[in-house]
Amino acid sequence: MTTRTPMIEMRSVSKHFGSVIALSDISMQVYSGEVMCLLGDNGAGKSTLIKTLSGVHQPTHGEMLLDGKPARFKSPAYALDAGIATVFQDLAMVPLMSITRNFFMGREPTVGWGPLKRIDWKYADRVAKEEMAKIGIDVRDPSQPVGTLSGGERQCVAIARAVYFGAKVLILDEPTSALGVKQASVVLRYIAKARADGLAVIFITHNVHHAYPVADAFTLLSRGGSLGSFRKEEVSREEVLNMMAGGAELESLDAELAEFQRDDKAKKASLAAQDTQPADETSSTEPPSSRTASGY
Amino acid sequence: MSSTESKQPVTPVTVPQDERIQRVSFWKRALNRPELGALAGAVLVLSFFIVASSGTGMFTPAGIINFLEVAAQLGIIATAAALLMIGGEFDLSIGSMIGLAGILIAIPAVEYGWPLWAAILLAFACAGLVGWINGNLVNKTGLPSFIVTLGFLFILRGLAIGVSRLLTGRTQVGGVQAHIPGDWFAALFSGEVATGLFTWMAANGWMATNFAGNPVVSGIPVSIVWWLGLTALATWVLLCTPYGNWIFASGGDANAARNSGVPVHRVKISLFMFTAFSATIFACIQVMDTGSADTIRGMLKELEAIIAVVIGGALLTGGYGSAIGAALGALIFGMVQMGIFYTGVNTDWFQVFLGVMLLVAVLFNNYMRKKAMEAK
Repeated sequence: MTTRTPMIEMRSVSKHFGSVIALSDISMQVYSGEVMCLLGDNGAGKSTLIKTLSGVHQPTHGEMLLDGKPARFKSPAYALDAGIATVFQDLAMVPLMSITRNFFMGREPTVGWGPLKRIDWKYADRVAKEEMAKIGIDVRDPSQPVGTLSGGERQCVAIARAVYFGAKVLILDEPTSALGVKQASVVLRYIAKARADGLAVIFITHNVHHAYPVADAFTLLSRGGSLGSFRKEEVSREEVLNMMAGGAELESLDAELAEFQRDDKAKKASLAAQDTQPADETSSTEPPSSRTASGY
Repeated sequence: MSSTESKQPVTPVTVPQDERIQRVSFWKRALNRPELGALAGAVLVLSFFIVASSGTGMFTPAGIINFLEVAAQLGIIATAAALLMIGGEFDLSIGSMIGLAGILIAIPAVEYGWPLWAAILLAFACAGLVGWINGNLVNKTGLPSFIVTLGFLFILRGLAIGVSRLLTGRTQVGGVQAHIPGDWFAALFSGEVATGLFTWMAANGWMATNFAGNPVVSGIPVSIVWWLGLTALATWVLLCTPYGNWIFASGGDANAARNSGVPVHRVKISLFMFTAFSATIFACIQVMDTGSADTIRGMLKELEAIIAVVIGGALLTGGYGSAIGAALGALIFGMVQMGIFYTGVNTDWFQVFLGVMLLVAVLFNNYMRKKAMEAK
């Protein structure tokens, strides 16, 4: 795998906003047919990184290579043309516009020529319907506003759109964060499908449980810097989680929580000795501790 | 939203069509069209005045042409304002642009002997510049277009008064009429069309004639042709072209549009330029019609245009609306204005009616938008 050319590569990319260093010295390689999970806590620089990849921002230092060739994107349109499709958290969808209009926003298929050039609505409606059917969503009327779709469906429209327009690199910004369990699994399955189709996928999330099953590699960001990239074989779920939450911090948190629990137990014991009341007190401290240890 | 004539033989359509769904969706679609409210309103107003003004001559050919002309003049600027509002912006400088454009046509032609076509081109060039500045200011500063164009409402009005007083010592310039005959460009903005048709109709007794034997309506004023033409063009652009899709996208969610590769800034600049052009077309027609320019022309027209657009079903927040709706809004406007005159109601009540119409339209639009967003 080291001999292959990465589909997209960042070499010591930095991005400064005035005096704020949003990204410093990030290097990352993503290969075709692989899912790279970009993990990091809030403020780690995930958003800035993908905005740099997708042409919204230009890197202050460093360079990006697309399929081995240096690439510089002046605007999202250039990145799109180069085959980098980004599904932003807001999905880049206009709720009041129809599914078809959203699907082809910015790249409308046309027929005719000169002043009579017009959108080929028949073709556009059919493609939108077909592409949605491929991912298992039955759109009865592609001219219905996107606002009538559920969150998961919208996410799928956005991804289907990116895939349809021949993306080589698919960047997904928190695609599962606002979704229920069922809808998230639809999206995850679709990510796996995109990978199988040979796309290089960059999947941003802070939910390791969503990331781990579909990922081939992880890159961890913290406070604008990279903690390194790891192949899935090299790390376990717990290690990823630890690194992401800043290992030591989580450990000290665990210790603190253990301390609380012991206090609680002691209190409970002493209270139980006096009378029987403290049941709800323990239950109110239990859930946060268990959540932090296992999942967050 | 339908593209009926896509003739290109793309791969044969294999998606099974369910007639049942088609039939339902036709009504749903009709209900979801933004101009529905305006259409209902227009029918309502029309029937009201047919009853209320019976025997007053409002619905004689001359009367119809009268209120259509009022509607047409407003409709010309309302069409452009509709596109701009769908694109997510306002232009409050339309009215002042009308005044300035009139001055820019009249002064060079009357005072400096320019041919009329050159003066008109000058006005269009200046309008383009104003629109370009408006658009760039909105894009670059991120200020609401409400504020930017409010500034230009005063700047342009002040310029019109200042320039004409400086060059001529007056704020009114007359005598344009003498320059119209023989000017190919001015002909586009003056006179009437289909005069032959009307003469022929009168000759066959299908239309009343006046004492001299000429038809009471000698032709269709050119403003009506401009109105219908611009409305058709804007509708075509909105529904059938990629640029139309970009207008909806820019107004619906500029950020989403930009991230999808829509050149939002260029779209907005071009829309601001189009509103300024439409104001200039309005000014041209008015100057040719009256033979004079006046710096106070076009006052409050920007608000009337917005009213017509909103009655026509456009959302003030952008991303939703139609040019046909704006035309219907202008038609309602024209019918009410002339209808009140014909029925002999005190014209003071016109403004009350206008305000009520506006509120009802906005409430109706909000309701329709909510309906459109509900799952079907």
